Amino acid sequence: MFTTTVLSSDYQASPVAKGMEMRDSSQEDVDGTSGLTTGISQDVVPWVDDLLAVRDARDEAAFIRVFGHFGPRVKAFLMRTGMDAALAEECAQEVLVTVWNKAHLYDATRASPSTWIFTIARNKKIDVLRKQRRPEPEDLPWGPEAEPDQADVIGLQQESEQLGRALRDLPEKQRELIEKAYFGELSHSEIADQTGLPLGTIKSRIRLALERLRHSMK
Amino acid sequence: MTVKHHLTDDLLMAYSAGDLPEAVNLIVATHISLCDECRAALGSYDAVGGAVLDTCDTVAMSKNSLQSVLDMIHAQDGKVEKKPASTKVQDDVLPAPLVDYIGGGLESVRWRSAGMGVKQAILPTSKEATARLLYIPAGTAIPDHGHHGLELTLVLKGAFQDEGGYFGRGDIEVASEDLNHTPVADISEDCICLAVTDAPLKFKGLVPRIAQPFLGI
Ligand SMILES: [Zn+2]
Repeated sequence: MFTTTVLSSDYQASPVAKGMEMRDSSQEDVDGTSGLTTGISQDVVPWVDDLLAVRDARDEAAFIRVFGHFGPRVKAFLMRTGMDAALAEECAQEVLVTVWNKAHLYDATRASPSTWIFTIARNKKIDVLRKQRRPEPEDLPWGPEAEPDQADVIGLQQESEQLGRALRDLPEKQRELIEKAYFGELSHSEIADQTGLPLGTIKSRIRLALERLRHSMK
Repeated sequence: MTVKHHLTDDLLMAYSAGDLPEAVNLIVATHISLCDECRAALGSYDAVGGAVLDTCDTVAMSKNSLQSVLDMIHAQDGKVEKKPASTKVQDDVLPAPLVDYIGGGLESVRWRSAGMGVKQAILPTSKEATARLLYIPAGTAIPDHGHHGLELTLVLKGAFQDEGGYFGRGDIEVASEDLNHTPVADISEDCICLAVTDAPLKFKGLVPRIAQPFLGI
């Protein structure tokens, strides 16, 4: 379903500069959001604005767009993890309700919308399939200057897009291996670090954001 | 605080994917609470999960799905009270995930003797793996224990030394099947660790004593 038009060599050299002119395949899904511009390029981050509108303005129209895009993906994801269609439907609905209820926790400098919604869907999976609660790391208390830097937001979102493209460009077998890991079809001992995905930049960006956060708390 | 011994990539990825037993999730979450390096690495693995969700096929939601979701958020919205920020117990030694499992701070831990001054408290998790707090008096060796499978040891207070190096607060030792190690608590203060094993931990030092009467030695 993705029409990847970007060659991997295009964005390796300078992801940030190139990112602005790239057309991403997820563009095909963003019907109805093109009118929204709040400083973040829609090319790069189609869903950030909607999620922030849900977070900051309890914007129901934005939520409906988020639902339209992510609902069917979350449902498909949950079915891959072993739920039947009826249970996956019910759980996907609950995941989207959680998106609404926990929108105030969404931080665009640390996660893309897909990433954040993935973590909610994953926790739902653990809750329902493993019947366990999931211990989460201690929250970082927010400092007084938690106002995110737009450049950081865009940077992280671009790197997330880049990661997504890299995943789609992986040789079939490797991509399947990673997908299986996230669907819970592999034991962790089978998941070695044979991914070769560009995790380095995204990791150091998040690291920097955390450092700044800790610094602002002092 | 500088953490020197970190989680492995496969543990971080499996934690992100949600494939680990509860006890292992607990020690991963506790280490990440003390380690920004691994917190950032987890962020990158969660981003892989996000990319997988993006590239996932789609399955149409049922016809009334949107309406039910909207009904749910409308029904709740008046009521959703934001949780009061910090009524939670803050503990200098135990990060929040452990406070949750213990139901309080260090003073709430129900220690049981494991011999030689060592105390332990098993935490309530699913049975696939076991999480326990260990209290090791300064300068004492943890009883020699063989184990089958994974063993993770995270220092919460004090420090220990073994064949794998020196481990201080926040450091985690990931010991494989064949490492037969003998951690010794640093002499300067008592050591508290969180230890997780995916198979029952056997204290070799204790087995012969228990077995003796039956074997007649
Ligand atoms: Zn670490």
